[in-house]
Amino acid sequence: MSATASPGVAPLGRMLLAQTWSELRIRWRIPAFSLTIVALPVLFFTFFGLPFARQTLPNGTSLGAYLLASFAAYSVGSVMVFGFGIGVATERGLKVDVLMRATPLPPLIAILAKVLNALAYALLSLVILIGYGIVVGGVRQDLTVWLDMIARLLAGSVPFIALGFAIGYLCGPNVAPAVANLVYLPLSFASGLFMPLSQLPGFVRDIAPYLPAYHYGQLGWSAVGANTERLSVSIAWLAGYTALFLLIAFRAYQREESRKFG
Amino acid sequence: MLGPNGAGKTTSISLMLGLRRPTAGQVRLFGLPPTDRRARSRCGVMLQESGTTSVLTVREIVDVFRAYYPAPLPAERAIGMAGLTEQAAARVGTLSGGQRQRLYFALAICGDPDILFLDEPTVGMDVEARRAFVASMQALSAAGKTIVFTTHYLREAEELARRIIVIDRGAVIADASPQELKSRVPGKKITLIAGRPFAREHFDGLPASVLSLSAERASLLSNEPAPVLRELFRRGADVIDLEVTGADLEEAFLALTRRGEGAA
Repeated sequence: MSATASPGVAPLGRMLLAQTWSELRIRWRIPAFSLTIVALPVLFFTFFGLPFARQTLPNGTSLGAYLLASFAAYSVGSVMVFGFGIGVATERGLKVDVLMRATPLPPLIAILAKVLNALAYALLSLVILIGYGIVVGGVRQDLTVWLDMIARLLAGSVPFIALGFAIGYLCGPNVAPAVANLVYLPLSFASGLFMPLSQLPGFVRDIAPYLPAYHYGQLGWSAVGANTERLSVSIAWLAGYTALFLLIAFRAYQREESRKFG
Repeated sequence: MLGPNGAGKTTSISLMLGLRRPTAGQVRLFGLPPTDRRARSRCGVMLQESGTTSVLTVREIVDVFRAYYPAPLPAERAIGMAGLTEQAAARVGTLSGGQRQRLYFALAICGDPDILFLDEPTVGMDVEARRAFVASMQALSAAGKTIVFTTHYLREAEELARRIIVIDRGAVIADASPQELKSRVPGKKITLIAGRPFAREHFDGLPASVLSLSAERASLLSNEPAPVLRELFRRGADVIDLEVTGADLEEAFLALTRRGEGAA
């Protein structure tokens, strides 16, 4: 039959391309997602950033650039936590995963497609937010600074992907949006992503250095020379949190696995 | 694979597909573990308890699934065989239950598989959809594809299958061709209402199995209702009313399992 003439399995590259493309379209057609990730960071920056955008910090850094870096970090983190958290929980609710498991698509390719898709949306949200900051907020930096910021934030987003997976496997489709909000919003706030830590209550300043979003914010701030810890320290914290969240996600995945497919 | 609800049909299919692990023993597909990508590339699957995203169109989702397989069918062909040509541009979320079932069939065949696993494929299909589906199954079978499907309708199994495996409570209770099975499963149910009370002797040695018997009422399963009735009347049973109906599957199963127990 035809099977003898064919190579036996489909090329992984073709699978990845098709899968990523379909993920992109699926996300785009869910306005709750596409609007939220694009509009919310811009909205927050308008309220908390624009009024101070033209001021400078004591060390000479543009406050506008600092705040833009904060909301850029918030934005990428939200794409990851909400995209993966709600996305995975919804797919489990629709039992998309059951049918997918019976196809030749390797689970790793499916996950990689999700990651590529999330990176694409994170990039889109960054371009819109930074563009808005430049045009409306009058924040001026060299193009290389912006590119550096984008690269650092995208590369450092791994712990939030892991956190998203953990939420997606721990929560049902109805609970996941609430949990993602309850975890991510206070986390961002307490890490100084909405307003500088110096403006926040003392106890928040005390716990901030233990939070993942604080160290993630440092990546963004480091691009404009406003980080308050060494880059290697930030990276070490983020790596530690990645391991922790992955462990939680993996445990939840295994629990589901033995229940559904055991 | 034929059996009442809860017989273990879905579990069997899940085991064959490597979606569940067997407690004991092993499953091989094309000589490979069913989880092997080479085996999965030759399988098409339609599951009961599964879903797809609702925001892609029929054509889009068929195209994504085609990318998973080494030598897929053209998308139009798969969609056409499933009878969804008119809905190709419609989003999955707008499809009716029956159309959705046809979409799952399109997804199952789009990779041009050598073997198809269909778990209760006709559930939710209307008459028209079912007719188109049956025609596609027959065409695929004629093209040399192996089709494994589950159903709890005896008639559907008879109509479509070359081999029927009857399972009940997790055990195989029959494995035969439709003709053979039909001869072993009693096709008719006879219900009798007594004038004068029935006695056990009226029914001894008849070519029928007794489902229930009381002084006022008896019900029997048999493939030969006419000789059974003739013999009953000859023996002087006083019947004031009777009814002969097609036996339903549950009763046929009862007869089969009872026979198994009797032989043991």
